[in-house]
Amino acid sequence: MLDRDEDILKAAEDWQKAGRGVALATVVETWGSAPRPAGSSLVINDEGTFLGSVSGGCVEGAVVTEAMDVIQSGKPRMLEFGVADETAWNVGLSCGGTIRVFVEKVG
Amino acid sequence: MKLAILHELNAERAARRPVILVTDTENGEQRLVKAKDFAKDPLRAELDKQLRMGKSGNVEAGGKKLFLNVYAPTAKLVIVGAVHISQALAPLARSLGYDVTVVDPRTAFASPERFPDIPLVAEWPDTALPPLNVDAYTAFVAVTHDPKIDDPALLHAFERNCFYIGALGSRKTHAKRGDRLRAQGAKESDIARIHAPIGLAIGAVSPSEIAVSIMAEITAVLRLPPKEKEEAA
Repeated sequence: MLDRDEDILKAAEDWQKAGRGVALATVVETWGSAPRPAGSSLVINDEGTFLGSVSGGCVEGAVVTEAMDVIQSGKPRMLEFGVADETAWNVGLSCGGTIRVFVEKVG
Repeated sequence: MKLAILHELNAERAARRPVILVTDTENGEQRLVKAKDFAKDPLRAELDKQLRMGKSGNVEAGGKKLFLNVYAPTAKLVIVGAVHISQALAPLARSLGYDVTVVDPRTAFASPERFPDIPLVAEWPDTALPPLNVDAYTAFVAVTHDPKIDDPALLHAFERNCFYIGALGSRKTHAKRGDRLRAQGAKESDIARIHAPIGLAIGAVSPSEIAVSIMAEITAVLRLPPKEKEEAA
């Protein structure tokens, strides 16, 4: 009920220890019917492999791209996405909603 | 996130201890606060509230915008007694997100036919309970009506500091139970922790209704601040 992202944070640690560049993206705020609650996270490594979810599929692609920059620069950034009704409908998610995602480098 | 913080976060999660990660979303500065350290933290009121609700969220403090990410363990429910009420209680608790285990040494009761898909341990509490890692994120109910089974189970629940302890039985039955537990060394404060008669007073009659009243009481204990909790009980 309360626990989540069980393997994601473990994977982040393991990847980092294995020498990969790693970023963590976390939903910090939601408005409207956002698909994933605050605290949901996505972990990304420098090969573009990712685990977890911040939106159930809508914006993961964009987050991964931004995460690559964050791994390079080491500087955290805040992203904001409106989950457009049409897009959301296409991928079978609840429609509407806006999310803010904090992306930071691990290590 | 610094690797040291991530490592500590993972260690706390593995040990089923709640923590909150505080992130300054302007500059990325972070600190990890363990539940045992909440009381001496400047954000204690906010930390307490977010953990109680099991919800992550934003606060503003000292001109900083902070994101509080709550990492709380999955709550467990241990049901001692594979009785009729438990058949309703186990699936209800599971639908509320609890990891449910049913313990009853009587194999006629603790049968997979009666509890499809629910983990069952058909052993006496002394054998069954230690491997279950009963802890402060465990709700514990004893519903066999048999002192030989319920009493040792309750003593174990006291020792493990379960967030909720409930036992089936009328006030009269419960008074006798208190005498027996005292004779076995239970403290008065432990006995006072038992919710008995079990469940919120909603006039429950059927096993399913009793299950609802029990889960309502457990939810109240988990979610309400201490003062409102007393009023609900």
